[in-house]
Amino acid sequence: MWGRYIARRIGQGVIVLWAAYTISFLILYLLPGDAATLFAGGGDQEAIDPELVAQLRSELGLDRPLYEQYLVALGKALTGDFGVSTQTGRPASDLLLESLPPTIALTAFAFVLSVVFGIVLALAASLARAQWLRNLLSSLPPLGVSIPVFWIGLLLLQAFSFRIRLFPSMGNEGFESLVLPAITIAIPSGAFIAQLLSRSLRSTLAQPYVEIVRAKGASERRVQLGHAFRNAAIPSLTMVGVLIGGLLSGAVVTETVFSRLGIGRLVVTAVNNRDVPVVQTVVVFAALVFVVANLVVDLVYPLIDRRITLARTAFVAA
Amino acid sequence: MSFTRPRIAALAAIGAVALTLTACATGAGDPAPTASAEAEPVTGGNLTFAISVDSQCIDPQQVGNNDAIAIARQTVASLTIQDPENGEILPWLATDFEVNDDATSFTFTLQDGPSYADGEPIDAASVKTNFEAIQALGAKATLGSSYLADLESIDVVDDQTVTINFSEPNAQFLQATSTFTLGLLSPASAAVSQADRCLGDFVGSGPFSVQSYTPNEGAVLERREGYEWGPSTAAHTDEAYLDTITYKVVPESGNRTGSLQSGQIDATTGIATADAVLFEGDDFWSLNRANPGSVYNLYANQSTKKLADENVRLAIQKGIDREQITSTLLGPDDVPAVSPLASSTPYFTDLSDVLEYDPEAAADLLEESGWTEGDDGIREKDGEKLSFHVTYWQSPKEVLELVQQQLRQIGVDLQLTFASIADVQAANADGTYDFSYGNLTRADPDVLRTVFSVSGTSNATKRTEPAEIDELLDEQAAIIDPTERQKVVDEAAELLITGGYSIPIYQLSTTITAASKVQGLGFEASSRLDFYDAWIAE
Repeated sequence: MWGRYIARRIGQGVIVLWAAYTISFLILYLLPGDAATLFAGGGDQEAIDPELVAQLRSELGLDRPLYEQYLVALGKALTGDFGVSTQTGRPASDLLLESLPPTIALTAFAFVLSVVFGIVLALAASLARAQWLRNLLSSLPPLGVSIPVFWIGLLLLQAFSFRIRLFPSMGNEGFESLVLPAITIAIPSGAFIAQLLSRSLRSTLAQPYVEIVRAKGASERRVQLGHAFRNAAIPSLTMVGVLIGGLLSGAVVTETVFSRLGIGRLVVTAVNNRDVPVVQTVVVFAALVFVVANLVVDLVYPLIDRRITLARTAFVAA
Repeated sequence: MSFTRPRIAALAAIGAVALTLTACATGAGDPAPTASAEAEPVTGGNLTFAISVDSQCIDPQQVGNNDAIAIARQTVASLTIQDPENGEILPWLATDFEVNDDATSFTFTLQDGPSYADGEPIDAASVKTNFEAIQALGAKATLGSSYLADLESIDVVDDQTVTINFSEPNAQFLQATSTFTLGLLSPASAAVSQADRCLGDFVGSGPFSVQSYTPNEGAVLERREGYEWGPSTAAHTDEAYLDTITYKVVPESGNRTGSLQSGQIDATTGIATADAVLFEGDDFWSLNRANPGSVYNLYANQSTKKLADENVRLAIQKGIDREQITSTLLGPDDVPAVSPLASSTPYFTDLSDVLEYDPEAAADLLEESGWTEGDDGIREKDGEKLSFHVTYWQSPKEVLELVQQQLRQIGVDLQLTFASIADVQAANADGTYDFSYGNLTRADPDVLRTVFSVSGTSNATKRTEPAEIDELLDEQAAIIDPTERQKVVDEAAELLITGGYSIPIYQLSTTITAASKVQGLGFEASSRLDFYDAWIAE
């Protein structure tokens, strides 16, 4: 049963990857402007020589019919060859691999921060005695989710880099350079987790078994931490995929604001330059992370909660 | 109008005066660098400079973006140097140069002694290798290959003498040899792949060498030991003062401002106009210079029926209040265009007497052509509205929005689309636009031929039949004698205005904003940054 289930999920994953590849190809093709005109012109070079553009276009293969460009690129992608960046002339996969470590460091740190931040906030809001404090804490997650990431980044920069000069305003060097960008991403992601957990805690606390625990004389803290939280945390786990999406899109903005290297910067530059091979490589990679994360969650889920069977998740997923 | 750049701070007092003069010349109130009068340049130190965009390449023979040029320029020396004060072409690596009468053949005699950073001598054969490599790069070396268009042959006469022959008169080539694009790289670099050269894998001839380059992060240049062929326009001729220059890519404007204020970077050209006021104290200085070349211009597509009418083009030109644009929207250093050429371009002449804001005359011209005011205030003829469209990416975007309001007052409707560079190029590529908008930096009046000539590389006005203006533009390209050339360039510039070919708006300029400890950082003739004389005062 496991074997069939996993094979089926992998098949679905492949379809997701193919769709991501194709849609990104079409979107880039539909956007006005192509790599050749951007290469020949752009910035201060407005004298675009049509002959040069035509020459570049044929060198880059942009003069071939759309379906041909697509099929050739897809065929190569199946063998792991994602083509050469039209802007830099370097293999797109090399560019991805080089940009990956700083983004992994950033998102991993941000992930840890958001989980801690989310759990602490949700529990604090639930455990707080005073009504006003509970209200205040409960209003933080919706606020955190809705603040634009770049604004959080600029605010943190203003406070902790420009004024008190505790952290650098740019770059990738050392742990210090990671702190502000990670907090920037962790605020909306943490708020998202806090929102989910609070909701789930509330519904768990309303369940009859909680009353039984309370009736047995357990303290409120014990009720919440020992019983309700454990059960409430499980539904939040399913949202890990969405959370990873949030972290990655947060990285795109944050890497720009903090002048950090990473796949966020890579993809922004590539979209601006209509660098199709690089954009597609990043898109397929992001889709792959998504697919794998969701698969892992679905596989881990029944291990945590015995009541959930694979058959049921498989059914839901299909 | 004269433009000076800060000479070395050994003459700090003079430098301060020069800066003040520059400030006066541009009508600005820039504070001068606050170096003490006795300050002598010191060797050593690192200067951190923020750039706004990374064009993914720092090879001098391939780049075209100003931020990339700020890196690339420092790594190469050129055959000649252009004096930023008067535009004159002076010897650099070539001690002597001769041009034949019809500007088709250029002979350079090279200094004996200078070498590439790998020890190879800078000789005639290596010049040939360089220019052939640029030709081979083709479209990947946009600027260089346009400078070398019509190249016929390169003769290595002897070790120190090289002759470059063109099939057409090419007076601009002499100025081109002073630019970073035709800066010299070691012959070994010609064999390196285009992509690797972009990543900094090249060996130059300039005062700095590439230590590292990471796209989207930045570059580090280090001082070239043994460099002693600084140009005569610089304040010294031996090794550069700075140990290293660290360029950091900082795309976010607010980050650049805050980082400069808090000392995390030392200088930048990327401070937003609105933030300039933050740097007016003693701790910072700023220096502005107009970018030479073609000013910001609305290029009318003359292949369209409406804009083929000279009256319509002239009316639009006269209906734009340039003074109002610079005084309300731009910084104190930005000045209205008074010619198709920027004031820092050699052979520039002020044409403000023929380029006037005159809405009444504009209205008369439109009446004369039969465009009468409709119910909504927009003029009409034969049921057609006097309406145009322009797609542009240049900032500040408010400039064309104000032009739009101004033109409405004379009954012209200008529709605007502010878009990305990619979108703008796509919109302009097929030539169906009404107007395109832009500037082109080049410290030679031949830039007018590039943008306006019917046979020019861009032919931005989309004309199909050669006219008197094209004769003038071709003529100036073949004149070596400065007095003669001045006459023809003046005639061409005036005809571009009176014939309604050029609708100039304002001059693009570059502003360096730096911490007061940064000394000697200035502009070369093309208003690109020159770090050779720069040093750090502690």
